[in-house]
Amino acid sequence: MSYLLVLLITVTILSTVTVSLNMVVGYTGQPNLGQSAVFGIGAYFAAVFATSYSMPFWFCFLAAGLIAGVAGALIGAISLRLHQDFFAITTLGLNFIVVATFQTLPFFGGATGLYGIPLPTIAGYELDYPGLAVCSLLLLLCAVGVSLLVNRSWFGGILQAVREDETLAASLGAPVARYKSTIFVISSIFAGFAGCLYAYFLSTVSPQTFGFNDSVLFLAMLLIGGSATIRGAIFGAVLLTIIPELFRFASEYRMLIFGAVLVLVLRFHPQGIIGEDSLIARWTANVFTDKRARP
Amino acid sequence: MTYILIQGIVVGSLYALIAIGPSLVYGLMGVLDVASAAALTLGAYLLLVVFQASGSVLLGVAAALVLTGAAGWVFQKSLYVPILDRGPIVTLITSIGVYICADELFRLVFGPLQQSLGIQTAIPDLHIAGVEVTGINLLIIAIGVGLLLLTWLVLTRTRYGVVWRAVAQDRDIASAVGIDSKKVIGGVFVIGYALSALAGILYALKYDSVIPTMGDVPAYKMLAIIILGGLGSPLGTIAAAFLIGLVETAVVAQFGFVVPRDAIAFAALVLVLLIRPQGLIPSRVVRA
Repeated sequence: MSYLLVLLITVTILSTVTVSLNMVVGYTGQPNLGQSAVFGIGAYFAAVFATSYSMPFWFCFLAAGLIAGVAGALIGAISLRLHQDFFAITTLGLNFIVVATFQTLPFFGGATGLYGIPLPTIAGYELDYPGLAVCSLLLLLCAVGVSLLVNRSWFGGILQAVREDETLAASLGAPVARYKSTIFVISSIFAGFAGCLYAYFLSTVSPQTFGFNDSVLFLAMLLIGGSATIRGAIFGAVLLTIIPELFRFASEYRMLIFGAVLVLVLRFHPQGIIGEDSLIARWTANVFTDKRARP
Repeated sequence: MTYILIQGIVVGSLYALIAIGPSLVYGLMGVLDVASAAALTLGAYLLLVVFQASGSVLLGVAAALVLTGAAGWVFQKSLYVPILDRGPIVTLITSIGVYICADELFRLVFGPLQQSLGIQTAIPDLHIAGVEVTGINLLIIAIGVGLLLLTWLVLTRTRYGVVWRAVAQDRDIASAVGIDSKKVIGGVFVIGYALSALAGILYALKYDSVIPTMGDVPAYKMLAIIILGGLGSPLGTIAAAFLIGLVETAVVAQFGFVVPRDAIAFAALVLVLLIRPQGLIPSRVVRA
């Protein structure tokens, strides 16, 4: 039971990060390979405030989101100057710079990281695993809600225009710079919140948890599930968290299976397993239209 | 000072060997090919296996170059070309997936521990300005500088260079005027993977060790180098490789290992790109 609960919390937190990444990668078409750095910034600042300064949970949570949001604004500013592959590799580089900062500065606990983060308390009530599960599910719901709002608004429409052709969107008078920055900030705030919950959940943070590999993992989750869809983001996160767990008995081959799934899905079904225009999506659409067509 | 210079050039030569293939590939297809770092490990292991079986270094090197080149051809044919139109992120993540698979296969087949080659290079050591340069470092510098000259010559003075630039500029138009784009792409992969294998062989000889994870650091560092040099600009790539090699060596020599080596490369990358978003020597044929 406890194992399932741990799995549920992990899946929910990682789903939140993937959903937040989808706002930038899926909706706006910015190849961001640095989401785990932002996630890590949220986790680390929450951990620092919780341990070194003994701040309450709500303060750490808000601070993590706020600081991650500032980091997101910086990445957004970079995205205004660098495009496509240049941007992808620069954000990839941010992972290494952030991890190196965590490792080097004593403020962040150095190479060993920070540990002994207490259980979060809300209004005098101490949250253990069930409480954390509820919190992370609520956060995921918020992220999904904001994604839906963004996607259905004018704001989201302009972001899609940026994804398809940034120059054209700008030439039609869309405030590309402001909108791009905004979506980066929103996405990063959610990643920061998720990072805070993750730090409390693990009760420890270490530099290597938030490196390049994890940024790739988040992007892989999104692409395998189906970019630009919320269901794809969550499905990918669930799938890529569950697969290594299912193959625990064959732990030697876990990473091999992970890599093979990644390559096979993207090679033969690059739109993602349940993404837009995927076989499953088309099939379900057919089933539902058929039912309505037949009286 | 001389020591830093020589070490920097050695490291830079290795980086250049690894990065030139993916750089040429990027020019042609717009794909950042992380998997070619696996060719480095593959090359080193092929040398190890063939050398242990036959006792001949030359045979080992030849087998490593030929087989790795062939692997490159198979990869592009079966994986990259079919998903080219899905955009750069999909191909990038696919190539990372290929790299993870390759990494794991090396570990499962050859075991996770580092193995010793036990090959002595016959090149004598040299003393320049009071600094000793070992034979293997001389070899690496010679190959690195040779590669720089050769790339420049081939790209600007031969038919192959013109063909590469034509396909890089526009694949469809190049095909329309009778250039076999598929053959060019295949050829570039073969050469790129073979050069990557050569880098792996030199790594293995220099440190006398072969280990499944030896491609990990080059895998992402070559991306930084390709981007820093200007995408699709092979000469820029080589320049960036030497620059990163020198900067890393100098910073590590100055501050010791307090600053992680990988962060230096990327800090340099971010700084240069924010000032010069098009890279050091931007390509004139490939629009990034």
